[in-house]
Amino acid sequence: MKHLLSTLDLSRADAIRILDIAEEMAAVGTRQVKKLPALRGRTVVNLFFEDSTRTRISFEAAAKRLSADVINFSAKGSSVSKGESLKDTAQTLQAIGADAVVIRHGASGAPARLAATDWIDAPVVNAGDGTHEHPTQALLDAFTLRTHWSALHGHTSSGSDLAGMRVAIVGDILHSRVARSNLWLLRTLGAEVTMVAPPTLLPHGSNVWPCTISFDLDATLATGVDAVMMLRVQGERMHDSFFPNTREYSRLWGFDDARLAALDATDSGETIIMHPGPMNRGLEISSAAADSPRSTVLAQVANGVAVRMAVLYLLLSGDQPRPAPSDAIRPAGL
Amino acid sequence: MSTNTTYLIRGAKPLGTEVTDILIHEGTIAALGAGAATHQLAAEATIIEAAGQIALPGMVDLHTHLREPGREDAETVETGTRAAALGGFTSVHAMANSNPVADTAGVVEQVWSLGKRSGWVDVRPVGAVTVGLAGERLSEIGAMADSRAAVRVFSDDGICVFDPLVMRRALEYVKAFDGVIAQHAQEPRLTEGAQMNEGEISAVLGLAGWPAVAEESIIARDVLLAEHVDSRLHICHVSTAGSVEIIRWAKSRGVKVTAEVTPHHLLLTDELVQSYDPVYKVNPPLRRQADVEALRAGLADGTIDIIGTDHAPHPSEAKECEWAAAAMGMTGLETALSVVQHTMIETGLISWADFARITSSAPAAIGRVADQGRELAVGEPANITLVDAEARWIVDPAAMATKGRNSPFKGLELPGKVTHVFFHGHPTVRDGKLDTPRITQES
Repeated sequence: MKHLLSTLDLSRADAIRILDIAEEMAAVGTRQVKKLPALRGRTVVNLFFEDSTRTRISFEAAAKRLSADVINFSAKGSSVSKGESLKDTAQTLQAIGADAVVIRHGASGAPARLAATDWIDAPVVNAGDGTHEHPTQALLDAFTLRTHWSALHGHTSSGSDLAGMRVAIVGDILHSRVARSNLWLLRTLGAEVTMVAPPTLLPHGSNVWPCTISFDLDATLATGVDAVMMLRVQGERMHDSFFPNTREYSRLWGFDDARLAALDATDSGETIIMHPGPMNRGLEISSAAADSPRSTVLAQVANGVAVRMAVLYLLLSGDQPRPAPSDAIRPAGL
Repeated sequence: MSTNTTYLIRGAKPLGTEVTDILIHEGTIAALGAGAATHQLAAEATIIEAAGQIALPGMVDLHTHLREPGREDAETVETGTRAAALGGFTSVHAMANSNPVADTAGVVEQVWSLGKRSGWVDVRPVGAVTVGLAGERLSEIGAMADSRAAVRVFSDDGICVFDPLVMRRALEYVKAFDGVIAQHAQEPRLTEGAQMNEGEISAVLGLAGWPAVAEESIIARDVLLAEHVDSRLHICHVSTAGSVEIIRWAKSRGVKVTAEVTPHHLLLTDELVQSYDPVYKVNPPLRRQADVEALRAGLADGTIDIIGTDHAPHPSEAKECEWAAAAMGMTGLETALSVVQHTMIETGLISWADFARITSSAPAAIGRVADQGRELAVGEPANITLVDAEARWIVDPAAMATKGRNSPFKGLELPGKVTHVFFHGHPTVRDGKLDTPRITQES
């Protein structure tokens, strides 16, 4: 694996390898000294053309826990806002000596361009590109799902996949890179996926996707799902006639208190509620749902750091056979 | 350099049929066949050995972006017409979306006279339909038609004449000048922010879709308008199977509609966009394989009348960027013949005689270019392109005469090499290389 650009082209073996290493990385996060020397002397650049504090600090924490030097490059107020091209920015980072580039960009395919051109040699991690993909989000979601699924079945999570798990992804699929990345990864890991959305917020051409498509959230919930992943809805979508107004959206496709109560009446907590954040409380998810014991929102954030550590570790320490955990994951200074 | 104006082309096969010598003298075809070599003028002729090569009427492009005035960094009339000559063309229509827009007699005469000065091909300026391509008020269509450029083709290409009333008026008005409206069929609201064909691939790539219906709905409207006002309508760069069906239906009703297809839409599909390489970004976008097949079938059965290159050179920085930021368009003049040979002739869909129709006589007729697109016959203007159809070559944009390096065919091996081009009897291309321009007095 030279880059991480999408989950569509991520093999099952690589995906499970990332999740397994992330489990070891997660253990580091629970220690008092949350640092490993693995990437000491390496430079990771967070190249953020879109504002995303959450994703950026997650990558920053991940790189720092691996002892990498981190340079945060934000397009706002930088040479980019003065009209510098992606090519020039990339070549500048190459000249500075970046060992890995984590890129968030509003244009679908921008990370793929960095990877395909000779503008920069460093491994590229897609931290979200337009409405295309957000592979580390999908990996952290899969990590969260796997933890839940293995605990539910009483088996160890390491090495396992999501075979048989039923996941509903609900909301603005059309504009969601999270939905796309999750679909491909969850399918690779054996889960069944249902996309639930108003027809206006499903991409034309998604009818051939390897998932069930539903316009009816209640019907989907009634069939039984193991996880519901709520997607953020931009309020401004209603100005483009995707739906009449936020109240109607919330009634039909939001995870509201009534749906939480219905779920509580049928199971005892086996179904988890996920959200990639940031949430619009009261729109796609009610506060009661977001704060319920079923909610994995904060676990997802914590898992994000572990998954990103695993990705950076794998990309920057090459594709050689993985060293024994005791070598690789040794707290700094020991 | 010789001042001789007599050439004897030996061993070429007009339209790919029997070997026929061709004698050219002072810009016209003086003799054909067995009598050519023994004609009294043949003694002083420069001999062009063309054994086995195919002789075609010089190609006429109804759809070229020469970029001058305004974007001389992308292309000039000089570089664009050099590319045209090398591609086998003897005439190109320069689209109106220059800066300033070609919406006045002044601008079209400027482009016309730049073409004259260059001397590689006949440059026929296209006039804008509306002032500034804004789609609101008719531009000075009459003044452009009556200018020295004698404009007959009017188009806001790049932008659709969307307002149905403006389109109706334009269709009606150009009748006074025997003109034609060449429509860029693109419903603007359905294509806001559009980046590629809307379908299974755009869904995965997360690129905003350009749906087929946005083209087809405008074509449907415009063929009905053309029928209603009995005017000539030309559809630029048809790209979808549905468009072909609508045009076929309109022609069956007797609507005066003609249509063009680009070489790239005959070969390439939206699967290429998976690379996110903006060299594949074009408007209308690359479509599905089923559309490619329908376009080929429509071209073969005459539903689509002509090849238009939509040659659209861009400076490298307009393509060396992320997809969404990249400019739309591809170069095409120097690859058109080869791509059409590859997709239409080598597949058995059309003959070289059909090729001559779709690349020369039909576009000349649509554009009302009197001395182009003629038969290869005695007394006709000697606009002749010789092709080595057996040759194969690998497309190298860096070696092209156009300033644009944005060829989507880069690295492909294609058949057919233009060896010689005679432009009103003057060799602009010899042995596959530019020779000399034909310099005339500006009238």
